[in-house]
Amino acid sequence: MPSFSPEMMREIIMDHYNDPLHKKTPQNPSEYMSIRMDSTSCIDDITIYLKVVDNKIVDCMFNGVACTISTASTDIMCDLVIDKTLDEALYIFKQYTNMIYEKPFDEKVLDEALVFINTSKQAARIKCATIGWNGLEKIIKDDCHHEEK
Amino acid sequence: MLDPIKIREDFPMFKNNKEMQGKRFCYLDNAATSFKPQSVIDACNLYYENETANAHRGDYDLAYKVDVKVDEVREKVAKFIGAKKEEIVFTSGASMSLNLIAYGYGFKFLKEEDEILLTEAEHASNVLPWFKVRELTKCKINYIPLDEEGRLTPENLKKVINKHTKIVSVAQVTNVLGYVIDIKAIAKICHENGTILVVDGAQSVPHMKTNVKDLDCDFIIFSGHKMCGPTGTGVLYGKYDLLCKMDALMTGGGDNARFDMCGNVALLEPPLKFEAGTQNLAGIYGLGAAVDYLTKIGMDNIEQYEHELREYAISKLEKLDNVILYNKDAETGIITLNVKDVFPQDEATYLNSKGICVRSGQHCAKMLVDFLKTVGTVRVSLYFYNTKDDIDQLVEALKTGGNILDAFF
Repeated sequence: MPSFSPEMMREIIMDHYNDPLHKKTPQNPSEYMSIRMDSTSCIDDITIYLKVVDNKIVDCMFNGVACTISTASTDIMCDLVIDKTLDEALYIFKQYTNMIYEKPFDEKVLDEALVFINTSKQAARIKCATIGWNGLEKIIKDDCHHEEK
Repeated sequence: MLDPIKIREDFPMFKNNKEMQGKRFCYLDNAATSFKPQSVIDACNLYYENETANAHRGDYDLAYKVDVKVDEVREKVAKFIGAKKEEIVFTSGASMSLNLIAYGYGFKFLKEEDEILLTEAEHASNVLPWFKVRELTKCKINYIPLDEEGRLTPENLKKVINKHTKIVSVAQVTNVLGYVIDIKAIAKICHENGTILVVDGAQSVPHMKTNVKDLDCDFIIFSGHKMCGPTGTGVLYGKYDLLCKMDALMTGGGDNARFDMCGNVALLEPPLKFEAGTQNLAGIYGLGAAVDYLTKIGMDNIEQYEHELREYAISKLEKLDNVILYNKDAETGIITLNVKDVFPQDEATYLNSKGICVRSGQHCAKMLVDFLKTVGTVRVSLYFYNTKDDIDQLVEALKTGGNILDAFF
């Protein structure tokens, strides 16, 4: 498990905000599932794109208008879930939200997402730190739902 | 002259909130809602603790007392804005008031060839109900162009008003840019063109003297909670003949004189025809106390004080190289800004970590973003209980406004 000093945590957040690797729109959108996440209480308005092949996430990206916290948290999320199975991604989602809401969590799977451990200090921003993750969960769960049908 | 330090003693919110995030508590989000003086809270409690009964239909002393009180508050509100008592309709707030006009007047009278004029600076509450009217009547909605500062001017209205224009609906003070619009001149142009004028007074009535007869607007609406009154209270003023012509948004108990099961209904005269169901009686008690409180301080004093405090703030903010001001020349206590290269919501969080309450975002005036050319702004909004200390705290915090992640570490 990585251990970050506060200075490193700040750097990681600002790097993912200033230069988000996964902030883009897919060239071939038909291969992706997507969900638009906008909020009545803030300006964030992003669309999450997820490409799944044989139950495995092969690509994940997002685009739209977003603050530092939502941009960085969603970009890190993309890093974490690409090449994971849907079940693995959901497990990481659960650990991340547990961390955000100050419940016990499995640190091993969160890597850079650990930089958001202090989000509850600014409780009004929890929605920014989770907007991408909540979108991911919705896509995965809705898709499972469709398959059951 | 008004003494904000003494005034703050009237507000329990200041007694009970000395600090936020370990810093001096500094409330600068008054365009969203305002704090309530003890007298308003006491008035609401008086209804619950001593005078609970339903209005309009009681045959006993207590119910009569409530009837008299509601009537007294209606009179007070009327006097507060220079109207007649029967022209004051109690609502749940500005949004309900505007919906009432949109459905009760717009939906009833507008036709496909008719036009509604708005501006791009309007709050969602003064846009979405009209969109609904357009959907239902197929009428047109167009926008009066704003000048380069973002103001609505009578000249620009003259350029676009035409024989199809039936309703002009604009804010007297817009919630993002805070300019005071010359409603009197706007009303004159509207009436010369056979158009009615609806005024959104949510950001103006709490901050300046209002006289509807002088303005000559056809409707003006406002919320109680932005003027030291309880949440869930609001007012619709309308010229009496228009109120008579309009439909009620809701019908039911308390707004009909008689009805039979064949469908014959005789509604009461305005304003009661619009007040079906049990009203927010405790809220109305509180609204009356809020009017008393503001009247005692004096609306002219409030307007003057807020303007001076604004000037003080602008003189300090102008000196900060990292701050972009969007409405330097506005008259009211609404100051819209950004810190260079900082997303507005991140700045608002940073200010929160410094004990300061402001609002970030598009402030519901989503269309204005295209005009301001920014995704959002930070809005600082003052009221008469704010002090120079509040401004100094804001300015000091904004000096280091780029250090947004300090809020988390």
